[in-house]
Amino acid sequence: MRHSTFKTALTDRTARHFIGVLFAATLLAVLCNQLFPADSALHVSSYTITLMGKYLCYALLALALDLVWGYCGILSLGHGAFFALGGYAMGMYLMRQIGDRGVYGNPTLPDFMVFLNWKELPWYWHGVDHFWFAALLILLVPGLLAFVFGWLAFRSRVTGVYLSIITQALTYALMLAFFRNELGFGGNNGLTDFKDLLGFSLQADSTRVGLLIASAVALAVAFVLCRWITGSKLGRVVLAVRDAESRARFVGYRTEHYKLWVFTVSAILAGIAGALYVPQVGIINPGEFSPLNSIELVVWVAVGGRATLYGAVIGAIVVNYGKTVFTGLMPEAWLFALGGLFVLVTVFMPQGLTGVVQQNWPKLKARLSRNTDQETSNDCA
Amino acid sequence: MTALDSLRETFRRDQVFDFMRQGTRPVLPGQVDAGKNILYLEDITVSFDGFKALNDLTLYIKTGELRCIIGPNGAGKSTMMDVITGKTRPDSGTCFFGQTLDLTRMSETDIATAGIGRKFQKPTVFPEHTAFENLELAMNAPKGAWHSLFSQLSGEQRDWIEQTLATVGLLDDRDKVAGLLSHGQKQWLEIGMVLMQKPQLLLVDEPIAGMTRQEVERTGELLKSLAGEHSVVVVEHDMEFIRSIASTVTVLHQGSVLAEGTMQQVQNDPKVIEVYLGE
Repeated sequence: MRHSTFKTALTDRTARHFIGVLFAATLLAVLCNQLFPADSALHVSSYTITLMGKYLCYALLALALDLVWGYCGILSLGHGAFFALGGYAMGMYLMRQIGDRGVYGNPTLPDFMVFLNWKELPWYWHGVDHFWFAALLILLVPGLLAFVFGWLAFRSRVTGVYLSIITQALTYALMLAFFRNELGFGGNNGLTDFKDLLGFSLQADSTRVGLLIASAVALAVAFVLCRWITGSKLGRVVLAVRDAESRARFVGYRTEHYKLWVFTVSAILAGIAGALYVPQVGIINPGEFSPLNSIELVVWVAVGGRATLYGAVIGAIVVNYGKTVFTGLMPEAWLFALGGLFVLVTVFMPQGLTGVVQQNWPKLKARLSRNTDQETSNDCA
Repeated sequence: MTALDSLRETFRRDQVFDFMRQGTRPVLPGQVDAGKNILYLEDITVSFDGFKALNDLTLYIKTGELRCIIGPNGAGKSTMMDVITGKTRPDSGTCFFGQTLDLTRMSETDIATAGIGRKFQKPTVFPEHTAFENLELAMNAPKGAWHSLFSQLSGEQRDWIEQTLATVGLLDDRDKVAGLLSHGQKQWLEIGMVLMQKPQLLLVDEPIAGMTRQEVERTGELLKSLAGEHSVVVVEHDMEFIRSIASTVTVLHQGSVLAEGTMQQVQNDPKVIEVYLGE
């Protein structure tokens, strides 16, 4: 049994392995990108660097969902909304950084506002030209929305499928709202044409590398944070709420507070993932709120394996790599593949990839050790 | 109701305002002010779609007593437990824990924290947690989310959990996942969890279902040893078991009390015989 503090969560074996593999892969990619010339076989292109950064943002998002779904049993089908809100907050900052380099050359108004004949900046666009303020928004907006939404939902004891449906409705409603030009977030074109972040050009290779490293660090910190949460007594209560909520209530826990706590933390993590994602892909539009995105996210976690944390990360990377390859080969079939994958995983691997490996690990280990035994005995002979 | 009526209702001369009453009885929130009786159920009626599960039930539990409640199926035993623990709200009637805590207005969590522990009919433990963790979660300790994040078990708490594990005979299975325990062990684990809450009133719903003979005996002894320090209410079907533990027995029938007294008295009561054996 673990009684985690932040320190033990940082130093335990799983966290060390996870962070080790994550940083080793990141470092390798960065070194191959920086040291080898473009025509070398060992060169990693900037495209791949950005792709990796994107995957890590998805992994962070999946981690956030695993915290609420895997551990607390709240199947949120609207987690993409928090991701997109974090992304929009970052997008607003990046828009203001463009300054007079936009198409219309207006020093304060972003291009789409000039195009819509707006005369001045809406009040909610003030302040986002400061990075610290944008960073605050990235944490606060998804967190606050999750807090209010969760407070209403959990207090009224909305659970199970009904909760999933209203989270789905939440993200759909936000998508429709953000499609409107009047809302002041660029309508269906969203925010794009970003130039630089904290003074670094987004087109520069070094910035892309920096963003990849930032994503890796964010994922590592979030992983340790989640390990800490799930290993603490709070984590055990949350698991108890998932398995026997009414019992937890009769033991004296305000289960709605615990759910709200986890839901809000998870939304904040999702917002951070979105904020790191936007400068790497260079655009944020209302499509990110689409219910389909949130459902895809659930598939990543299901494929990787719930309630393990690293399973969600693996799932996100594997499925997205598959998507990258698959959409290159036959783009129209991807949705069928995704749907099929979900069905297959649910029917044949309810514990996901990590579950399959864990179940077969003793057998695998036995076979491996037998092989090495044979080799050593052969060597002796 | 007209405005005048509601004004009169507000200023009734035979009653004082709630805030004034609290001034005369200095009771800390959540603290039970138990006198002779610990639980007062008066004129409780609960109906589901017209069916009266409880019908003007009036029942008092003395402080420190071990009370057995029997009755045929559908007599309202479990509904009564639900009303006490806040799971079901009565249509009418009052339900007080001690002199001051109105249970009909408190949430399940508040009632549990105030000192009423409940063992369900179907054993409900946390299946993915070990026996030790089950008790840890049930422990009488601050239950806030932030507090839980930083909380670490102290040595005393660990000892206390181990003591309780020994009391319910699960010391050897402390690290076993609760879902894998046998039915009887789960029942005991749940009793242990209720004990960890340090309740003043224990509600125990069918504690010996699925237990072997020895286990039944030990459970009886355990329940008897708890009375005195705690008040215990046991709902059971097994007459022999009740005879072995009970001092006072209450018979419920169609949602109200049919008879009350010692086992001897109750068994010889003609109304009880009629209900149990038919005419």
